[in-house]
Amino acid sequence: MKVKMWGVRGSIPAPGPRTVRYGGNTTCIEVRSDDDSLVILDAGTGIFPLAQSLLARLPVQANIFITHTHWDHIQGLPFFVPLYIPGNQVCIHGAFDLVSMQGIEQVMNVQLQYSYFPIREAELKAGIEYVTLTIGESVNIGDARVTPVLLNHPVTDLGYRIECNGKSLFFTGDHEPWLNIYAPEDDEYAEYQAMVEQRQAELDAAIGPVDLLIVDTAYTQAEYPQKIGWGHGTYDTAIAMARRIGAKRLLCTHHEPTRSDDDLEKVFAEALARHPDPGCEILLASEGLEIVL
Amino acid sequence: MPQLSPELERRLTTAVDRMPAFPKSVQTVLEMTRNINCLPKSLVGVIEKDPVMTMKILRVINSAYYGLPNKISSVGQSVVYLGINTIKNLALSFAAVGILPRFNTAGFDVQRYLLHSLTVGSVARLLCEKYARSEADPGDCYVAGLLHDFGKVVFAQYMSAEFIQALGIATDSGKPLHVAETEVIGADHAYVGALLAKKWQFGAALVDCIRDHHALDVEPTPMLDCLRMADAICRKHAFGDSGNPWRDEELAQLPTRFGADLEAVVAALGDLNKHVEDARAFAQIGTEG
Repeated sequence: MKVKMWGVRGSIPAPGPRTVRYGGNTTCIEVRSDDDSLVILDAGTGIFPLAQSLLARLPVQANIFITHTHWDHIQGLPFFVPLYIPGNQVCIHGAFDLVSMQGIEQVMNVQLQYSYFPIREAELKAGIEYVTLTIGESVNIGDARVTPVLLNHPVTDLGYRIECNGKSLFFTGDHEPWLNIYAPEDDEYAEYQAMVEQRQAELDAAIGPVDLLIVDTAYTQAEYPQKIGWGHGTYDTAIAMARRIGAKRLLCTHHEPTRSDDDLEKVFAEALARHPDPGCEILLASEGLEIVL
Repeated sequence: MPQLSPELERRLTTAVDRMPAFPKSVQTVLEMTRNINCLPKSLVGVIEKDPVMTMKILRVINSAYYGLPNKISSVGQSVVYLGINTIKNLALSFAAVGILPRFNTAGFDVQRYLLHSLTVGSVARLLCEKYARSEADPGDCYVAGLLHDFGKVVFAQYMSAEFIQALGIATDSGKPLHVAETEVIGADHAYVGALLAKKWQFGAALVDCIRDHHALDVEPTPMLDCLRMADAICRKHAFGDSGNPWRDEELAQLPTRFGADLEAVVAALGDLNKHVEDARAFAQIGTEG
C-alpha cells in the first residue's frame, strides 16, 4: 500500500513563501492499494494537483472518502477534473448528516449551485456514485478494505481505517479528544467521565494497531486551551493516541494555517522533546510526502 | 395486546416530527445559542429537561441512518457521540418547530404534565442511586421517568377529542387513565409511547419501562421498579399532574424492593423540595402547579 500527501493544511489554503516547504493545500491523501486501486481521503484543495497527476492514465476509477463536509475537506471536489471526462468512474463515500437528514450525495449538490459554481452536477460527464456509509461497516475497494469510524468534531467526522494484505493505516480526519463538559465539582462529572472513557476505549479498539496513523494536530498543547471545542487535536494528544493503539508510525497533519514552515518545525521539535520515548516514529506531513507500507 | 390501525400508527409516528417542544427549553435554546461561548453543560441541562427534545434526539441518534453499534439512552451520551455542536443544531431545529401551547384542545395542561415528568425522572434517579445502584443506571432511570408518559402528550396533541373523553372517564369514574384510554382509543399511552420508542430503536430496557409502567403482571426489573415507585410518589404528592389522579388502592401494588411504607421511602430520599422547585421553574408554573 502506498500513501501520498497532497494537502496537509487545515481550515483554509495557506499558499506563499512561508509555507512552501510543507505546503498550503488543504487535506487530501492518495492511497494506492497493492492492486493499484485508488482511494482518496478527503477533497480539500490538494485534490486539484492530484487530479492533474491522474490525467496521464485514463480512464480514472477513483474512490473518494470524505471524512466530513467542512470546506477544507471538500472544496477541491468541483476541481477534480476526472469528473468532467466521460468514461471515468468516481464513487464518493461519506457520512449521513443528522441535522440536514441527508446522505453524502448533498456534498456536490451544495457546492455546484448557480451562485457559487458555473457548472451544474447534471453536466458532469463521469459516472458518479454516492455511498452513504454506516459506522463500522467496511467497504471493499479492490484488494483494500476501508472501515469508517466515528470521531469527535463539530460535524459528523468519519475516520478511515484502510487495510490491504496485512498492512494498515488510519486517518482521523479532524478529531478532538473528548473532554468532560462538566467541572469536577459538578454532580454530573463522574457519570459523564465514565461515558468519555468508554467512548475513548471504543475508538482505540476500532482503530486498532496500525502501521501508519495520520492524525489532525492543528494545535500545540499551549494553544489548545483557547481552542477547546473547535474539534482539533494537538501533537501531544496524537502521540498519546499512537501510543495507546500501538501505531508503528505517526504522521502529523492538518497544520494550522498561520503556522510558517519554521514555526511548524519549532513546535514539532518542542512536542518531540516533551515525549523523548514516544514508542513510534513521528513525522510531519508535507505535500508530496510518500510512504510505502 | 392493544391494536392501533396501521393508518393511526403511521399518523402518530409522523405527527411527532411536527410536535413542538416546551416553552422554556425553546426560549432558552434560542437564547443560549446566540452566544458563541455558551457552555455545553448549560445547553445539555436544558435539553435533557424537555421530553420532546430528548425523544427527538434519541430518535435521531439511534436511527438506522446513523448506524451506531450501541443504543444511546441519554442526552449526555448523545453529546459524547455527536459532539455539542451537532446537538446544538438539532436542538435549534426542534426549537424552530414552535412551542407547545399550555392548554391544547384536549384541555390537557402540558406544563403540569412536564412537572410530573421531570419530578418522576428526578425521583427515579434518586431511587436508583439509593436502592438499585448496582443493578441499574441512574441516568437511564431519569430518562425513563422523563419519557414514561410521552404517549399522553401525543394523544393530547393529535387525538385530542378521544383524549378529552378518556381524561373525563378517569376523573369521573375513578378508573385509571390508561384503562380509560384503552376503552376510548383502543390503546393506552404506555403502549403508544413504547410503540414510538421501539420504532425509533431506543434501547430495549427503556422501551420495556415505557410499555410496562402500568402493567402489574410483568416481571419487574430494577429500572421499572424505580420508575413505578417514582410515579407513585409524584402522583401521591401531586408533583405536577399526569391526568391520572392517585388512588389509595395503588399502595398495595407498589414494587416490593422499597418496603411497604411509601412515606418512609420519601423520607429516605431526603429533601425532594429542591428537585420539585427546579422542575417547577423549568415547567414555568408556580406552587399551585
